This record gives sequence, C-alpha cells and structure tokens, in this order.
Amino acid sequence: MKFIDEYRDPARARALLGRIRQVARHDWTIMEICGGQTHSILRNGIDQLLPPNVRLVHGPGCPVCVTPLETIDRALCIAAMPETIFTSFGDMLRVPGSGKDLFMARSEGADVRIVFSPLEALQIARDNPEKEVVFLAVGFETTAPANAMAVHQAAREGLGNFSELVSQVMVPPAMRAILSSPDNRVRGFLAAGHVCAVMGYEEYEPVAEEFGVPVVPTGFEPVDLLDGILKTVELLETGKSGVVNAYGRVVSREGNPQARKVMQEVFEVADRPWRGIGVIPQSGLVLREAYARFDAEKRFDVGHIAPQESPLCKSGEVLQGHLKPSDCPAFGRECTPQNPLGATMVSSEGACAAYFRYHRNSV
Amino acid sequence: MCLAIPGKLIEIREENGLKMGTVDINGALTKACLEYVPEIAVGQYTIVHAGFALKIIDEEEAAESLKLWDELIKNGAFDVDGELPPSQIGGLEK
Repeated sequence: MKFIDEYRDPARARALLGRIRQVARHDWTIMEICGGQTHSILRNGIDQLLPPNVRLVHGPGCPVCVTPLETIDRALCIAAMPETIFTSFGDMLRVPGSGKDLFMARSEGADVRIVFSPLEALQIARDNPEKEVVFLAVGFETTAPANAMAVHQAAREGLGNFSELVSQVMVPPAMRAILSSPDNRVRGFLAAGHVCAVMGYEEYEPVAEEFGVPVVPTGFEPVDLLDGILKTVELLETGKSGVVNAYGRVVSREGNPQARKVMQEVFEVADRPWRGIGVIPQSGLVLREAYARFDAEKRFDVGHIAPQESPLCKSGEVLQGHLKPSDCPAFGRECTPQNPLGATMVSSEGACAAYFRYHRNSV
Repeated sequence: MCLAIPGKLIEIREENGLKMGTVDINGALTKACLEYVPEIAVGQYTIVHAGFALKIIDEEEAAESLKLWDELIKNGAFDVDGELPPSQIGGLEK
C-alpha cells in the first residue's frame, strides 16, 4: 500500500537503527507526544531495539486520556436524557466516568451511537429533526478542524438540534508544562505528525528556543519513528535545539491554512483541565460566543457536574512521562482494560493500554 | 485518535454545500470532506482523519527521503553489526 509499505521496510528500519546506535554517545530521554506513536513504538518493538542510552517516555497526546472526568460524567448525563441521540468516536465509549461508561449507558437504553466523523453526527441530526443530537467533540489540533467544520456547517444550515460537548486540547501548552516541571527529564520531543499537518511547526520554534530542546515532527510508521528519533539524537549530540522536520511528505512549516481558519472562526483558546494532570493555562479550545448555541454544556445545563477521580489512578504521572505504566502499583491488578481506573488503560492511544497489550509478560 | 490514513482520491462531488470525495484506502472506499484541501485533484494522495482530508501528500518530498535512506543503505553507512533483539518488524531480526 503506497505511503505505508515504504515506511515499514525492514532494511530502512535496520539502517536507521544502526545509525542511531552510531550517533548516540550520551544518555538521552526523548518524549513522543502522541499516543498513536506510543502504540506504534511498542507494537513494532522500537523501544527494545534502541540502544539503552536512548530512552523514550510517553507523552500526554491521547485526547481520550486527558478528557476530564467531569466531561465524561456530563456526557453520561446528556446521553441519559429522553429524545437525545448521543454520538461519539468509538474510543470514548469505554472511558470510565465516575460511575459508569457510555457503553453501560447504552445498555441501559440510552441512544449512544459511534461515528467516524462529526459530519456523520450532523447527518443524524438532519435525519432526526425531532431529537437532540449531541457529538462528543474530543481531540487535539488534528481533530479540531473536523469538529469545527461540523459546527460551522450546522450554523450554515440552521440546524437547531445539533450541538457539541467540546473537549479540545492543544499540544504546545502541554509541552511547556512538561518542560517547566522541576523534575522534567525530557531532552527532546518527537512532535505529533498529524497535529503538525494542521498547525505546521512554526509554533514549536519558540518552544524549542526558550527551553533549548530539539522538536522533531514525526510520522507514525516504524521507519518514520526511527528517522524522527535519529534526527532528535543528532541534534542532541551536537548540542543543537530547534525544529527539524522528519515528516516532510505531510508536514510543512505553515500547516493547513484552510483548516486553521475554520478552527479559529469556531473555537477560541481557554484554560483547561487535563485528566490526571490538572489545569494547563490556555491549553484548550471552546466554542466562541457566536457559536454558543451549539454548546451542549450550555444547552443541557450540565456545567455543574464535578466528580472525584479514583485515588489509585496514577495516569497523570504517566501522561507527563514521570512514571512508566508498568511501575504503577495498580497496573494489571486493580486496573486492567476490562476494569480500568483511568482512561489511559482503555484508549487505543493510552500508554497503559499499550503496555498491557504488548509488554504485560515482560514486566 | 490522531491517526490519519493515506489514500488516493478517486472522486470529487458536492454534498450539502460541502466539497466531498471518495478516497481509496487500500481498497476500502471512504468518504472524506475535501474543504481543507480545495486544490486536490483526482489521483492525488491525501491523509484522512475523522472523515476529513487534512493534507495532500507531497510525493516529491516522500521520494527524496526514500532516496536518501536507500543511498545510505547502499553505502553501508548504517550497517547494524549483529546482535539485534527479536523484533516485530517483519524481517528486521537477523
């Protein structure tokens, strides 16, 4: 398959791995931001193939994982309302709220439907004018253009029965929070390739300069990841910071201007809580006043729901690269994919889920 | 969630006032909104995320990095000297 197979080629992977082994002379801790990359790294055994002095830690780039508990509980509350169709990406349905998850709500009779695109939710709203249709709009900058377009289009069509429960987060403020932490060990970043496809890498240049770290936009296939790691190690070994693009076929400096325009039209930046981490200033997106009528939180008056997290769950430390999932006392004991304490154990991009799936027997 | 899959655009049409298309992702035909890649033409490759084409894949850039890696393989510059642990990348282990 074009643009996949070339980047799974064993000879290229081997060559890049050999080069990393040649170049890496010191100890380096590198964070891959994106949970999709975490899964690709573990699935392909890249963490075990790297020389021991190049260590990968896993970042907070899993929108499912960092969606606050109160958002899940608000979703559950809305889904249980009569004459409501609640729509979501499939990933969110198993995420534990404080009492249950959306799958359980569905088994209790709520009309909860999985969609692959927010435009499908919009179609459900067109087809069911007598019902309220709500879409759980989670995501990083990669997903924000899609979620923004659904609202933009609903406004254009005058669809009165569509709204979004928005849980949008952004990467650069999270990177700053990690780098500013007193016990930070991260010396370089693999930036999330598809976030950069939308946003470009211009906004990482000041982060790289301010904190003196390399930031390398990287793709998701094994050869892409090894190339990103190599470029990061080369910069670290030569004492350089700055942004070097390892995903040129998809990422440009300016990103996608059309997508950014609609995002900015519909959303504005706001402070935001990240599940397990706490509030990160100016790290989220909320609907602008002009689109407030599409805000499910306001439409259904669920803003007051504010539950408590399980004290056993250490997902916040995992998401900041302070703790390996397998070092959490609850990992594989109180917390499993069947009975998760936190979202990192169930999301397809969660670091705990990746370790449970690929590393359970080696820890 | 940020996974975006590459595929080839095979058709462009309009739905509800939006520019839409069909993308062939390894034989599976997928609907995608093309509003964010207005200049795309049938036959070009794009990455699709949440039902949206997000970027036209830059084939020249892709060819350039492949060429670079393959030259380095040819020159033997990156030869791994043996003892790789077993890996799940097909054929990577000796």
